[in-house]
Amino acid sequence: MAKAEFLTPELTEYLTVPHVRAETMAHSRPFVAKPEHQESVGYPGELMDGWEEKAVLKLGELVRGSRALQVFLDSCVKCGACTDKCHYYLGTSDPKNMPVARQDLLRSVYRRYYTFAGKYFPKLVGARDMTKDVLDEWYSYFHQCSQCRRCSVYCPYGIDTAEISMAARDVMDAVGLGQKYSNEIIGKVHKIGNNLGLPGPALKDTLEGLEEDVKEDTGVDVKFPVDEKGAEVLVITPSADFFAEPHIDGLIGYAKVFHQAGISWTLSSYASEAANFSMFIGSRHNLKKAAMRIREAAIDLGVKRIVVGECGHAWRVAYSFWNTLIGPFDFLDPNYPVPQHICEVTYDLIQRGALTLDKEANDDKVVTFHDSCNVSRASRMGNMPGGQFIIPRAVIKASVNKFHDMAPDTIYEGTFCCGGGGGLLTDDLIELRVKGAMPRMQALKQVVDEYGVNYMAAICAICKSQFTKVLPYYKFPMDMIGSVHGLVSTAIQLGTKQ
Amino acid sequence: MSAVTVIYALLFYTATSILVGGVAYKVFVYARTPQPLKIPTTPAPTTRTGVVWRILKEITVFESLFKSNKWIWLFGWVFHFALLLVLLRHLRYFTEPVWTWVALIQPFGIYAGFGMLIGLAGLWARRFLVDRVRYITNLSDHLMLALLAGIAASGLIMKYLTHTDIVALKAFFLGLILFEWQPLPTDFMLLVHLALVATLMIIFPISKLLHAPGVFFSPTRNQIDNPRERRHVAGWTAENAGKQTG
Repeated sequence: MAKAEFLTPELTEYLTVPHVRAETMAHSRPFVAKPEHQESVGYPGELMDGWEEKAVLKLGELVRGSRALQVFLDSCVKCGACTDKCHYYLGTSDPKNMPVARQDLLRSVYRRYYTFAGKYFPKLVGARDMTKDVLDEWYSYFHQCSQCRRCSVYCPYGIDTAEISMAARDVMDAVGLGQKYSNEIIGKVHKIGNNLGLPGPALKDTLEGLEEDVKEDTGVDVKFPVDEKGAEVLVITPSADFFAEPHIDGLIGYAKVFHQAGISWTLSSYASEAANFSMFIGSRHNLKKAAMRIREAAIDLGVKRIVVGECGHAWRVAYSFWNTLIGPFDFLDPNYPVPQHICEVTYDLIQRGALTLDKEANDDKVVTFHDSCNVSRASRMGNMPGGQFIIPRAVIKASVNKFHDMAPDTIYEGTFCCGGGGGLLTDDLIELRVKGAMPRMQALKQVVDEYGVNYMAAICAICKSQFTKVLPYYKFPMDMIGSVHGLVSTAIQLGTKQ
Repeated sequence: MSAVTVIYALLFYTATSILVGGVAYKVFVYARTPQPLKIPTTPAPTTRTGVVWRILKEITVFESLFKSNKWIWLFGWVFHFALLLVLLRHLRYFTEPVWTWVALIQPFGIYAGFGMLIGLAGLWARRFLVDRVRYITNLSDHLMLALLAGIAASGLIMKYLTHTDIVALKAFFLGLILFEWQPLPTDFMLLVHLALVATLMIIFPISKLLHAPGVFFSPTRNQIDNPRERRHVAGWTAENAGKQTG
């Protein structure tokens, strides 16, 4: 990697909407997938002959199969409500990072081939032929969308740019132009079972090491079971939880919670990944195939419940799509929702008084919470709308004394993406990631200055990795980001209650 | 029967057919197209009643737009509400006798014509003054505003400056409905007004005006947030849905 040559945005007192500066991010492109990556996920190895026609046909096919695309492509009135909502626009000033302009990259092609106005009056409605220039533009700017859905909150018709960028990536993959980062990872999941390509024996080793660490730390035998048949709970967690910092503190937290509640649980070496990057590339067959491993593991291990660890888009796929893709879950205990989020589990246990948490153990921390985009705007926790905001905060507040929320328009449904979601968490996009993090960093700076916040908790593997990387660019310490269950892990009193 | 009457009669039959047929076709396409996955923008209602309430708020007070941008909301809402009043007021030219409630809103309906112009002016100004909105504006967006402003302006001119023979006009439209054609007054402003309205009707089903039916079909707004409680399958997710392994 060449040294990144770009300026980190300055954090000002308030977030200001920048003026349009055209093409400032036109150079940003992730590495293209190699033929073997493409083929491992069922796509042509390289840009095929006659790709223009094939792309147009694929687009038509996608639109015919998706009410969302049908409605979204027709309905936009260019009102401008979304233009200042995307963190990538706010951080880069590139107008093609305004949600409506990003959608128009695809809408212009759709119009040209599939609408009356675009066929006969292309200039009037801004319709364009599918050319190599257009494809290049797609590749650049549809990899500058983290599919965080913030724009869809503010659109008067609920147009979700995430759906459009997924479709665009699916079209590009179908003609042989894929993104290396996502496609390589999906291939690993199919082959080995997780994004990291960590095989079963290595996973077992890692977990044994963790058991020793925790024993050393606490004197208690907290287990990290793998492939344990007959366990009550199968935990599906992002593979980053197995050894990345600060993710691993979260995994230790889950293990302590299960230990203390006396719930038997297990990981699966076959389905050792919660993340499903197939969603990022809009690939239905990969989405289903990757998810199916989890159903198979649950049946094979004979568990009664499935619990998902801290991961944003994984929770979206699990909560919103699993029942559709790999249900029905009639083989699991009907007394529990399927799947359950680890925060729901911990929250319920806290409510029932099954855990003893010593908040003072976290007194060195002044904590804020980063709502992860896909948890906030594409899922739920608990049985009330908005539970996804309330439950993680309740878990944090049960574990710490000092908590302060960031500015109201930057949390809950208005939360800013970390800047690394949607398949963009790769070093070849570091400039985009740093600039896209600006709105969140701005809000963080405010609570740092005002309340002395020194710890930002999150419940997403991507958020944690992204912030670890970009916090230093904004002169914050990289270990400021942590897991919600890392806080639980510190506060939980082991063995004091049975 | 003058040529103008014949032309306008045929124009309105054509425009009405295209509007009704085109929108019906689009609604049919939206309704027929499956939504394979659950994608409501959350927090979302967990019941059907909740979803009805959510959509009702979107179409009456433009809830999402209000959250988004107060200027667009203000101009957009003023325009749409004024347009609704104006449309309802115009029912008096197509019904005999005039319904009581239509008669009652008549005074508001007249002033609403100004409301339309004010709303449109605000929205149009944004297309020039705000650089982000200027960037995303196509020629068709300007033409659409021009068309709507032309309709409102020509209507107001007839109301306040060059009156037309409104009784004869009503006879013309009732005649169209009953297929007993009556002569159309030939005032210039009336012909302009009617031609613009017919144009709007014709382009409705092939333009961004489809946001009107579209908003009811938007899955991010009309889906119930209950994927864990009820298994959702449609389109490609319904293929082989019952045949899981195990």
